[in-house]
Amino acid sequence: MIIGIDVGGTHTDAVLLSSNGIEKKIKVSTDSADLFHTILSSFTQLLDNIDPKKIQRVVISTTLTTNAIVQKNMDPVGMIVSAGPGIDPKEFRTGKHYYCVSGSINHRGIEKASVNKMEIEDIAKELKQAGIEYVGVVSKFCVRNPNHEILIKRILNKYVKKVFMGHHVSGNLNFPRRIVTTHLNAAVFSLHKSFFEAVQQSLSEMGLTIPIQILKADGGTMSLASSMVFPGQTVLSGPAASIMGAIPYAPKKKDAIVLDIGGTTTDISFLVDKTPLLEPMGIQRGRYKSLIRSLRTDSKGIGGDSTVRVKDKELMIGPDRQGPAMAFGGPEPTPTDALVVLGLMPEGHQENARKGIHRIALELGLTDLEAADQIFKKCCTVILKKTFEMIDKLNSQPVYTVHEFLEGYKISPRIILLLGGPAPYFAKKIEALYQIKAVAVPEYSVANAIGAALARTTCEVSVNADTEQGIVTAHEENFAEPISKTYSDDDLIETAYTLLKEKAVNSGADPDNLDEVEVVEFQKFNIVRNFSPRGKILRTKMQLKPGLIKGFEKVLH
Amino acid sequence: MLKAHQKTGLVFFPAFDWAIDPTHPEREERLLYTQDQVTEEGIFDIDGIIEYKPDIVTHHDIRRVHFCVPDEQTITTQSHLISAGGAKAIADAVLNKQVKNGFALVRPPGHHSMRVSHGGRGFCHINIEAIMVEYIRSQFGIKRIAIVDTDCHHGDGTNDIFWHDPDVLFISLHQDGRTMYPGTGFPGELGGPNAKGSNLNIPLPPGTSTEGYLYVIRNCVLPVLEEFKPDLIVNSAGQDNHYTDPLTNMNFSAQGYAELTTLLKPDIAVLEGGYSIEGALPYVNLGIILALAGLDYSGVVEPDFNAEQLKQSVSTTDKIKKTTDLVNSYWLQKDELRQKAGTPGDLQVRHREIFYDTDNIFERQKEKVRVCRDCGGCIEIDSNATPGCHMLAVHIPINACKDCIEAGYKFFDQADKTKFDRVFLQDRPNDSYTIK
Ligand SMILES: [Zn+2]
Ligand SMILES: [Zn+2]
Repeated sequence: MIIGIDVGGTHTDAVLLSSNGIEKKIKVSTDSADLFHTILSSFTQLLDNIDPKKIQRVVISTTLTTNAIVQKNMDPVGMIVSAGPGIDPKEFRTGKHYYCVSGSINHRGIEKASVNKMEIEDIAKELKQAGIEYVGVVSKFCVRNPNHEILIKRILNKYVKKVFMGHHVSGNLNFPRRIVTTHLNAAVFSLHKSFFEAVQQSLSEMGLTIPIQILKADGGTMSLASSMVFPGQTVLSGPAASIMGAIPYAPKKKDAIVLDIGGTTTDISFLVDKTPLLEPMGIQRGRYKSLIRSLRTDSKGIGGDSTVRVKDKELMIGPDRQGPAMAFGGPEPTPTDALVVLGLMPEGHQENARKGIHRIALELGLTDLEAADQIFKKCCTVILKKTFEMIDKLNSQPVYTVHEFLEGYKISPRIILLLGGPAPYFAKKIEALYQIKAVAVPEYSVANAIGAALARTTCEVSVNADTEQGIVTAHEENFAEPISKTYSDDDLIETAYTLLKEKAVNSGADPDNLDEVEVVEFQKFNIVRNFSPRGKILRTKMQLKPGLIKGFEKVLH
Repeated sequence: MLKAHQKTGLVFFPAFDWAIDPTHPEREERLLYTQDQVTEEGIFDIDGIIEYKPDIVTHHDIRRVHFCVPDEQTITTQSHLISAGGAKAIADAVLNKQVKNGFALVRPPGHHSMRVSHGGRGFCHINIEAIMVEYIRSQFGIKRIAIVDTDCHHGDGTNDIFWHDPDVLFISLHQDGRTMYPGTGFPGELGGPNAKGSNLNIPLPPGTSTEGYLYVIRNCVLPVLEEFKPDLIVNSAGQDNHYTDPLTNMNFSAQGYAELTTLLKPDIAVLEGGYSIEGALPYVNLGIILALAGLDYSGVVEPDFNAEQLKQSVSTTDKIKKTTDLVNSYWLQKDELRQKAGTPGDLQVRHREIFYDTDNIFERQKEKVRVCRDCGGCIEIDSNATPGCHMLAVHIPINACKDCIEAGYKFFDQADKTKFDRVFLQDRPNDSYTIK
């Protein structure tokens, strides 16, 4: 049997699955001040009358790191960055202990200015004095040559507890995002570590000793050990859980929209031929831009519990949540109250819901039913408008080759899959308003927890070969090997596949189940100097695609 | 968090799968290191820098500018159409006011392509700026446009296309034609009888450094622009003046290019040449982008930059000043020069021989232009290419007067079809193209 737990902002959903289907499902309120307690009580309820020895897999998705970022209660950490030519690295300051140091590496990975060891030594002493225990080190173009980062780490090791290096974060270029991401890893490390060590400890006291898997933003899982290297990957795993939960119901060879209507927000994402779309670079939310591999999701500040108010004769919904709906004892009218008043939702306190909606109706000069309908309609149109904007943006993504330009795939979804408490009501309304097929997925209220439980391990490797310099590297994996002038495309793919397999197994993947490998990118260039060929640059990115583990198909229908 | 002081649009189309041939300077790898640098700098994440997808130009877009012989299909590839489409996409973004300015980082380049195109010249098959400019004039009704070509080679294609057009000011700064391909672009080349002075050519001696280059911008280009008052400024932003370029002999730098951009304030910049793909392009392109967005570019310095080594000699400075004075004096006399150029209604004839180095074609041209004080005058071109076709082409300019439109149609109607492989009419006021 397997367990999936998705700790969301408002609710925590948990399921216990066997190959026969759902054995147990629970939904509790999240205590954001004590997530540990929320998780433990979910486990206690799930394991009631169950032999813990029967549990083969546990996957957890939490808002722990997301909350730490939002509430700005991350550890103060040191950052050391070296840039060389380009934009002033002071622009990317992460906090108080931020140092720009000498040293420069160019786009080919060739050293142009060396590291000043004395300078680093002085900074290390300063950090130690200030009581800083965790430090991030990022140099520009470290993904082409990480030697400066390694050298700086060696000096720092004597002075601080742990050093995080930029080249371990991603094989992608993007210096400012690498600074943000490395900083995040360093800043949430101790929180993440102590939290999950406590969880693991308590679970083993319950007799649950199998390794825990943690859900990542890209809809895949990683082992607890891997998460210690890169804790930032757990950010925004919630939307990932939902979209993974929708995969079984998406059409083959077609595009689908996934909407997860939560308490405060609605998450929007897309499936193409049952596979979720990934962010090209990494998670971005507003000003926050990172290199964390992530599913392409965005959210709109409208959910079942969003506050409804009237401002200048205009109906406003969200983005805040003042509590549950009035029908469930909350203080302000919400879309959920509108559903109750419309007679769509049988649960909740009818009279309280009507009281709230009546207030809105008076201000708009409408009847209660008209007002409730308008609120409901507005929720749908705002969410759909955002969805269509996202599709337009997806379809106008730049391309860099003639081939891609001519082949340019455009997504055009013909179905919307809905999750979350009010999913069935929204499905009906959206279908009526937009003449697009909309369905609530089975088990819509815990589909996110099912998604977490069934998500398989994902990972990606980036490998570069430069036959002029005679080297193939995957610095993210601490890999570098000499190669001959005749190193070929096939050689590169083979190297990448070997590295990917190794990484996947280390992250907790089933070694016999690694068939969903995909070459995401392959580029090849001749290096020419003075009109004669000097070698080749070969680059590839290979990934284990996000998807579901096998053997639990029955759960889904 | 960085925020652009003015919204800047970028089209980045490196055409990673297209080359003239594998070791040619115009090959797949050309913008690779630029892409690496720009991506590593996080340029596309800066608030106010917006990346656009390139468009693809249609044959109709090309036919506003060129007479492609035998036709568009034969002399272009998809890559040319997308490269020109990149410039077009930026034009749309700028003219629809989504951004304040924009930069099309595209390849292959286009500024050596002339109005008649039998194939590739100087790595160019169709003129991407000219196609963009004519699109802008047809689509957005903009009349006065200035094109400043800062590629190290004379922009002879663009020069040819706007040679007779008094509404397009074309200024080219380039290494002296006696020392550099294509061997043209001397100060006396001022345009046809109807447009004398609206073409300015400023040859610079080999070894010109940032100092000399910016001297010309401050003392000639900017004052001329000030007086011409264009509705739109286009920069053909070639980057082969760089001190590391393998094909040229100049001493310009990334800082110089960025400052040039700040001074010129182009609405649209379009990448042209530049073949120092590792040592120059990553830094020059970064400098130009930051300058367009109004961001600090002082840190964009080549790792091996040495100001002392790149200083220009006193004699170079002298030559540059003399050329600047000469060009300025031509600009002052432009009205007079046009008065003296011919009698309205007369036809002026010009014979030319054009060599297409990229495709090894030799072309002979006989061009007739109607002298006119009211418009650019209609043009008839008899062109014979070896190997290739013999054709006759008639161009009626976009702002043509009634008499020139009539005269143009007369050229076309009178053309004897049996003498040519093709007879073309480019009627810009009607935005139409006819083949007889
Ligand atoms: Zn050039
Ligand atoms: Zn006329």
